[in-house]
Amino acid sequence: MDTIIDAHNISKVYNPDTIPVYAVNNVHLHVHAGEFTALVGPSGSGKTTLLNLLGGLDRPTSGNVVINGVDITQLSPSQLIDFRLHNIGFVFQSFNLIPVLTARENVEFIMLLQNVSKKERDQRVTALLAEVGLADKMNVRPAQLSGGQQQRVAVARALASKPKFILADEPTANLDSVAATKLLDIMAKLNQEENMTFIFSTHDQRVIDRARRVITLVDGAITSDTGQTPTD
Amino acid sequence: MLFTLAWRNLWRNRSRTLITMASVFFAVLLSVFTMSLQKGVWDNLTKNVVSFYAGYAQIHLSGYWDEQVLDNSFAYSDSLNQIVLQQPHITGTTPRLESFALASSEQSTKGSIVVGVDPEKENMVTKLENKLTDGKFIQLSDTAVLVAEGLAKKLQLGVSDTIVLIGQGYHGSTAAGKYPIKGIVKFASPELNAGIVYLPLLEAQNLYGAPGMLTSLVLSLDDPSNLNKVVSNLRPIIGNAYEVMPWQEMMPEIQELIRTKEGSTYIIIGILYLLVAFGIFGTLLMMTAERRYEFGMLMAIGMKRKRLAWVVLVESLLVTITGCLVGVLVAIPLVSYLHTHPIRFSGQMAEMYEGFGFEPIIPTVFSPPVIIEQTVIVTCIALVLSLYPLVKVFTLNEVEAMKR
Ligand SMILES: Nc1ncnc2c1ncn2[C@@H]1O[C@H](COP(=O)(O)OP(=O)(O)O)[C@@H](O)[C@H]1O
Ligand SMILES: [Mg+2]
Repeated sequence: MDTIIDAHNISKVYNPDTIPVYAVNNVHLHVHAGEFTALVGPSGSGKTTLLNLLGGLDRPTSGNVVINGVDITQLSPSQLIDFRLHNIGFVFQSFNLIPVLTARENVEFIMLLQNVSKKERDQRVTALLAEVGLADKMNVRPAQLSGGQQQRVAVARALASKPKFILADEPTANLDSVAATKLLDIMAKLNQEENMTFIFSTHDQRVIDRARRVITLVDGAITSDTGQTPTD
Repeated sequence: MLFTLAWRNLWRNRSRTLITMASVFFAVLLSVFTMSLQKGVWDNLTKNVVSFYAGYAQIHLSGYWDEQVLDNSFAYSDSLNQIVLQQPHITGTTPRLESFALASSEQSTKGSIVVGVDPEKENMVTKLENKLTDGKFIQLSDTAVLVAEGLAKKLQLGVSDTIVLIGQGYHGSTAAGKYPIKGIVKFASPELNAGIVYLPLLEAQNLYGAPGMLTSLVLSLDDPSNLNKVVSNLRPIIGNAYEVMPWQEMMPEIQELIRTKEGSTYIIIGILYLLVAFGIFGTLLMMTAERRYEFGMLMAIGMKRKRLAWVVLVESLLVTITGCLVGVLVAIPLVSYLHTHPIRFSGQMAEMYEGFGFEPIIPTVFSPPVIIEQTVIVTCIALVLSLYPLVKVFTLNEVEAMKR
């Protein structure tokens, strides 16, 4: 299978000169296309930091991250923004959406940044919102949506840019279990039907149970990695 | 959609947008108003003071202003007068022959200015006839005089009484004459009121033994703002034999007074600018802080800083321009109304003004340059401050911004 993320011995050290904090400590990681992977660990174990490094939001103190053959640690800040736009989908814990835009506009927005034609944008927005079960909420602003619905719009938006993979940092942390299950259902369906790669962090056991691969972080280092697709 | 985004962001926090707009609006309105009013006050003060006596500019024989004696008078010539009148912005000339003499009655004697004038022309400059409180105004052909009220009282003279004038004439001759008083004039300036006598010009030339001579030719202008142009234009034309003096040179103390007043107005306006700047900056600071996470999120999902900056800039421009436009649209009719209907005040201030012979009004100038200047200044301040969110956008770290 194709390796889409290849992280070589990456570390992120905060305050290297005073009291160094190894938020990510010498992590070596391969992610293949089609994975449905959970990043697990207690609060402060480095999940967010690692996801930020994999998503090109942050730069490692040492090591490098290769995505689809591109070493993103070598990109300039502005190249990195563009790289994220075209290659990586993001779902954050909350406040993913632009409050003044409707659900449909929020999803359309990312394609607009990609200069996708109006016709294609319209088609994809309709299809994607239907896919996340929000066909009837297209013209509603985020404030009128429930937390779970907002996260589903965020998933639709992440998908809209046709990314290589989607990173989701604790996407269910602010959701009740019904909404969390529904969100996971949608993510799993997208993973199975469209082979979309998902990497999500969580410390919710019900969410962990849904993952095919579970990577456990403690103090910034990987302590276990189960269900890993065998490397060739 | 970027414009839509900017537009909707304005409505997102309506009160903040309105506060920012209102700051710009009041800044434009107040600065235009303050400046127009101040300029009106200075112009009015100048007009009042200048029309006291001196006029906006005078022509003398070279050296007269430093040594104001009859021997420094010059022969009036029609050709000189014609040359002066042909110059642009000069609408008229008023001749004077002015010297010092003792004015006496049977009871008393007092030194005073005795000035020969062409009464009709004098009215153009000083509106002398309006100052008449008793008797009649003099004609050029009269052999009668107008006496200032304070002087008449001191000499215990009234209309139809006779006043005796004794002084030194041209080139050492003796000047002495006896004239009936035709009218009493009242001056706001205590100095003038206590010691000035007006004679018809020809009679004054007779009295001083200086036929055809003048000490000064007072210029009337179409618009006081052309004064400097007129003076610098006239100087080379009439040559070194004469001096052309604008009122600022004849009355430097008034020029000084206006300068200090101008200074304090700039301080007031400066404080106004500062207040407005803080008001606008405060709302921008709030806005930027509130949207920090959102800016970070937008950059995280792949929005280039430039595009984000564009959205924020459009928001600022919409607020600033709307505020300025409404400000100007309200300021123009306000200033124009106050120009035609000047503020009239009463009480002590009014009495003081009236005491000086001024109308107790604060006229407002209606001057497009003033309006444009103030609007541009406020707009620039607002625009410079709008750079703050832009700077934030360009320096924001997306990971830090999204930490909560
Ligand atoms: N900007 C920072 N400066 C210093 N320490 C940081 C910073 N960001 C994160 N950390 C530390 O790095 C560690 C990992 O944080 P994080 O990746 O947010 O963990 P998690 O997402 O698993 O809760 C924590 O100990 C945290 O305090
Ligand atoms: Mg975290």
